[in-house]
Amino acid sequence: MKMLKSIVLISAIGTAISAHAEGQPSVRMEPSNLQGPRQLQEQTARAAIRDYLDSWATLSNALQQNRPDLLDRDFVGAARDKLANTIKAQNATGIRSIYHDRSHDVQILFYSPEGLSIELADTVEYDVQVLDHDKSIGTEQVHIRYIVVLTPTETRWRVRIFQSQAE
Amino acid sequence: MLGGGALAAASALAQNGDLSVPKNLEAGSAFSIQAGGNGKGTIYIVGPSQVIKRDVQLGETAWFPAGSLYNAGHYVVIVASASTSQTGSVDVLPAKKPADLTFIAKPSRLPVATHDGITGTAYVFDSYQNLITTPMSVSFELSSPSSPGQTRTVETRNGAAWAQLDSTLHEAKDQFVAHTGDISSTRVVGQVPGDPCSLKMNAKTAGNKVQLQTDPVRDCNGNAVPDGTIVTFTESYDDQKSTVDVPLKQGVAEVEMPARRGATISVASGVVLGNQIRWAQ
Repeated sequence: MKMLKSIVLISAIGTAISAHAEGQPSVRMEPSNLQGPRQLQEQTARAAIRDYLDSWATLSNALQQNRPDLLDRDFVGAARDKLANTIKAQNATGIRSIYHDRSHDVQILFYSPEGLSIELADTVEYDVQVLDHDKSIGTEQVHIRYIVVLTPTETRWRVRIFQSQAE
Repeated sequence: MLGGGALAAASALAQNGDLSVPKNLEAGSAFSIQAGGNGKGTIYIVGPSQVIKRDVQLGETAWFPAGSLYNAGHYVVIVASASTSQTGSVDVLPAKKPADLTFIAKPSRLPVATHDGITGTAYVFDSYQNLITTPMSVSFELSSPSSPGQTRTVETRNGAAWAQLDSTLHEAKDQFVAHTGDISSTRVVGQVPGDPCSLKMNAKTAGNKVQLQTDPVRDCNGNAVPDGTIVTFTESYDDQKSTVDVPLKQGVAEVEMPARRGATISVASGVVLGNQIRWAQ
């Protein structure tokens, strides 16, 4: 089931903190540090971040259930291919991984001049539990910065680049 | 067997109990993991972008050849056996050498002499499709057979670079190239004539009609305005007005209108007004 994440954006380019329900990640939006000549409208920023946060639920479900088809709604291109290959490898080795994102600290970095990509950074905290043939092998907490590039499709922004970065 | 050089890309080992894991390594480089203990165990290297599972002998070094772990990102490392579990992590960094460039050029067609009308955006990747986030120079070049070329060199920020360039003065299909290192990507940008700069028509008698024909219609840089562009002829006589819209054919517009003594005939296209003729014959 798609986890609904509500964000209250006080300002699209100002600080925003989510009103989060129990079990849902907290979301903080840093002021944008935009490069590029194109202005980012509040509605566009809101939609891109909403869709990006949704993609974490999609990722979690797909890697937990080992179902690459779940990725299609939120991932495209290299990001989708890499996640799908992970699922394929998990299936082949009996692994499942469960990702539970606890907090996001999002900053929009770049809105390309032609409007076809938005790049953002997200300092995210998540737990990952690894299961081998349904036996839990361990759970680890991770605090890491992601660089994400989103591209617009018919109805939503989809993740094209999804890459964590050592701090 | 792996030589010491094969592990040069890996940073100092991160120690967690008896588990030794490289703190970070370059995408696709060889590395090793050593877990303490005795007996058999299993190494799990788990990240969203890649997973590896391998049976190992605890207490011995497990070697991972070049190309084993190649997707940039953070990986949890767990070495599990029947009695113990050791954990660590490794960060895989993008390779330093660019191997691919995603280049978005817009628009594919635009009028000549448009300031900042052409934009290019480039994302730089290594050979494993990892975004290279360390700054590097990207050059954007617009080359035209009939105009001086334009070049902008930009440093990437978080893997992205962009530039804006002017369209040239002359109608042409220009090459728009982004390159970094020895990688390049080319797009074609068609530069079409702009709006008409001026209009001039001539009139002559054709029986009981007046035949009107424009001079070849050009933009302000002398490029022929494309055929199909609409030119409007308007004849005013007493309180009557008749209008004919004519597409350019072979660069000119022509039409016949009723010849009425004292009529005023004007020509226009878009926002450009041409000359006016008062028919006296």
